[in-house]
Amino acid sequence: MLSLKDINAWYGLSHVVQGISLDVRPGEVAAILGRNGAGKTTLLRTIMGLIDRRSGIVEFDGTDIMQMPIHERYHRGLAYVPEDRRIVPGLSVRENLRLGFVGLRAKAEEEAVIAEACETFPRLRQRLDQEGVTLSGGEQQMLAIARALVAKPRMILLDEPSEGIMPVLIDEMYELFKRWKQQGLSVILVEQDVERALEVADRAYIVDQGRIIFAGTAKMLLNDREMQERYCSV
Amino acid sequence: MDLLLTQLATGLALGSIYVIVGLGLSLIFGMLHVVNFAHGAFFMVGGYVGVFVFAKTGNFWFSLVAVPLVVGVIGMAVERVLIRPLYGRNIDDPLLLTFGLSYIFVEVIRITFGLEGIPFGTPRELRGAVDIGVGFIPLYRIFLVALTAAILIALWLFLEKTSYGLIVRAGARDPEIVRVLGIDISRVWLFVFGLGTGIAGLAGFLSAPIQSVNPDMGVPVLAEAFVVTVVGGMGSLVGSVVAGLLVGVVVSITSLFAPDMARVSIFILMAVVLLVRPQGLFGRKGAMG
Repeated sequence: MLSLKDINAWYGLSHVVQGISLDVRPGEVAAILGRNGAGKTTLLRTIMGLIDRRSGIVEFDGTDIMQMPIHERYHRGLAYVPEDRRIVPGLSVRENLRLGFVGLRAKAEEEAVIAEACETFPRLRQRLDQEGVTLSGGEQQMLAIARALVAKPRMILLDEPSEGIMPVLIDEMYELFKRWKQQGLSVILVEQDVERALEVADRAYIVDQGRIIFAGTAKMLLNDREMQERYCSV
Repeated sequence: MDLLLTQLATGLALGSIYVIVGLGLSLIFGMLHVVNFAHGAFFMVGGYVGVFVFAKTGNFWFSLVAVPLVVGVIGMAVERVLIRPLYGRNIDDPLLLTFGLSYIFVEVIRITFGLEGIPFGTPRELRGAVDIGVGFIPLYRIFLVALTAAILIALWLFLEKTSYGLIVRAGARDPEIVRVLGIDISRVWLFVFGLGTGIAGLAGFLSAPIQSVNPDMGVPVLAEAFVVTVVGGMGSLVGSVVAGLLVGVVVSITSLFAPDMARVSIFILMAVVLLVRPQGLFGRKGAMG
């Protein structure tokens, strides 16, 4: 599905991602763990083409998408929910959702799209006409995920979806991630909350100083307390 | 009193031109973060295109439609060829580029049409004066206000009610997420630059019957358009409308009492606004940063 080969990325002079390679199979959830500043967010941004200084190969469904225009990834079925959610200020919840399909070549039915988003996240239903940025952190996260799902992606990159969110909403979100697995949606999940992430993940990677220092099944990492504490505790 | 009121009405008509010019400048800045120093030059080119098309066709209404289209296409060519390579660079780069471009436009017009201005009479259909209750004002000025109102309504409907307008609004706030959601934002920028310069050209043609068309007509307009966007708040469309009308009224009323001060009055207005509310009447704090 997604295959990274020797990915490097730089912010100015600092070499943030240093030769990362990994594969995500269809329907697999890959957890990427590690401390703050390890390069996890930069790795996702590099996959999306949002970092200018980058090298390596990002193969999605067999084609190298590294040099593709940023927006083209979405049309190929690769969605991304950034860490800060990026709900657009000045736009209502409904308009934020509409933003998920106005760029699609095959025009979606607005009402059908909204209804589906509300079915996935019933909390959004009463808030459709409210400005998106006035929602609580958890609701904004749900809106951001719902917006990314509009195009029915085959793979979704999630950057710390549980950060700063009420535990009850985190539970709701992780229930959704489990359902995705049954539907065959591939996920790269960047998380601080190691236990949560390993609960849904098939494979786990630990990134430290821009390199992968652990790669294995989620179960292997779950049993390796020392590894978890050394590289993942905040 | 009646004189004051007619002068107020004249001010609103004059302000209409400022609104249209300021709107284009504000739209381009809000979306592309380009301070378009060639805006006055596009205004001037619009004047010439209009006079030229009118001379060939004799049809004012046709010219009115042709001008924004022609100038908009020129604007799009400028965006694609000259401004696009500068995105992601310092904000000064496109500023310097458009500054230089405005000189090129003026010289090209001088070489082609000569240094002298070309007079342009009010089109036959819009001559005469209308009694507005407190006195007579020229029909053409009422036409200006009505046309500006129509443009504003059309622009508002476009931005608020259409999918493309949604993209424009979102793109002004967060271009990155718009790209991530599958939208080719470079096409939106191209369109917005064409729209902004196109309506600047239209304003140039509309002001032709008030002043003659000449190569330097864009120079004061650029300064006035900047006053409008600074007073209204950079990037705020509502701000451009309110500030444009305000500037028009201030110029018009000042020219009644102290004609020599008319040109300077708007800069005094700008200075006062900057002192009291640095982000402009409708600007968001720190929007420039």
